[in-house]
Amino acid sequence: MSAALELRGVSRAYGSGAAQVRALEAIDLVVRRGELVAIMGPSGSGKSTLLMIAGSLERPSTGEVLIEGARLGDLKADDLARLRRRAVGYVFQDFNLLPGLTAVENVALPLELDGVGARAAQRAGQRILDDLGLGDRAGRFPDELSGGERQRLAIARAMIGERRLLLADEPTGALDSVNGEGVIRLLRAACERGVAGIVVTHDAQLASWADRVVFLRDGRVVDQTSAPAGPESLLPS
Amino acid sequence: MIVRHALLALLSEGPTYGLRLRQEFESRTGEVWPLNGGQVYTTLQRLERDGLVVSEDPEREGPQKTFSLTPAGSEELLAWLRCPPEVLSPPRDEFVIKVLVALRVPGVDLQELLQVHRRHLVELMQRYTRLKGEASEQDLGLGLVVDAQLFRLEGIVRWLDAAGARLAQATPAPLAPAAADPRGSDPAPVDRASPEGRTMDLRGTGRTASEVHP
Repeated sequence: MSAALELRGVSRAYGSGAAQVRALEAIDLVVRRGELVAIMGPSGSGKSTLLMIAGSLERPSTGEVLIEGARLGDLKADDLARLRRRAVGYVFQDFNLLPGLTAVENVALPLELDGVGARAAQRAGQRILDDLGLGDRAGRFPDELSGGERQRLAIARAMIGERRLLLADEPTGALDSVNGEGVIRLLRAACERGVAGIVVTHDAQLASWADRVVFLRDGRVVDQTSAPAGPESLLPS
Repeated sequence: MIVRHALLALLSEGPTYGLRLRQEFESRTGEVWPLNGGQVYTTLQRLERDGLVVSEDPEREGPQKTFSLTPAGSEELLAWLRCPPEVLSPPRDEFVIKVLVALRVPGVDLQELLQVHRRHLVELMQRYTRLKGEASEQDLGLGLVVDAQLFRLEGIVRWLDAAGARLAQATPAPLAPAAADPRGSDPAPVDRASPEGRTMDLRGTGRTASEVHP
């Protein structure tokens, strides 16, 4: 598996002097295609900052971020914006859907922003809604959907256009456990098709769907799980 | 007593024989609670002795012997289902005991100790989740059993997280840089949960910070 995302010695500080807050310290992280990585840590450990930097929504103070081998620091603003639109999908706890657009319009929006015609974008949107079991909700507005449906819609929007890196910040935080499991199963399935995924969470049940769990504390990687033994190891011999 | 009442529950669906009861029990609990044949037959004999089940073919012995539920067995089953399990008295929780003991042991990095247990628990949860992920979503028995395990383990992880936060609050963070080695410094209790205490040496695992990076 080749690297979809690489962080090399990434640090992030806010403010300066005595008031400086060091949110991340010397983070090295590689996420390969087809891999789902969970970042766990307490509030204030730097998880969300790490995700913002991984998705190029924020720049590191020092260090390098590479998405599919491209050094983000070397890209011009337009190229960076294009990479972000085409390669990276974001899922947030509060869904971030546009209330005035229908489900299919929300999903199609990233393609339209990228210059794809409205009809073609909506056809692609309908296909992905069908795949995620939301085909019959295409014409509904977000406030006409349940919380679980809204988050599945947000995932559809994050996945449209063959994006290769999915970044999710507490994606099940607003959902009950059964709906939350439905959402993480979708992310897991996307990774099994070759997408690289990062899920930031303090929820161990959500993290346990990942291939690897990386633990952050005070902005540093302090530990990670090793590859889990197969489930057969839980069964009696 | 769970096996005893589980057998009564299976027999409430109709008469069946010992071997079949064992297979049904294992299948409905997602095959994560194995039973040995002896356990099933001994339990059935005791249920028969207590008048809760009756054998339909007293002449026959062994795994093919058929049993059915008596009215007293049915009553016992319904009473058991509604009886709250014993949850009031606190269990002797080994995690809690280890952390309480560690508070008094000089030179122990408590945050790192909590992390050793947290990682182990999350790895175990990954294995259960993989089991659930690979099973059919229609396998209700397995889903319920695995969820119960996951919620139990998650509860311990949450306790470890809360313990970590309490320890961090109990010892104000000093201004010194985080790279200092706690084992070379003052081993007084006040320093143990401090940022200096967050050594990158993952004690008990033989792993170091450089090894945790991919």
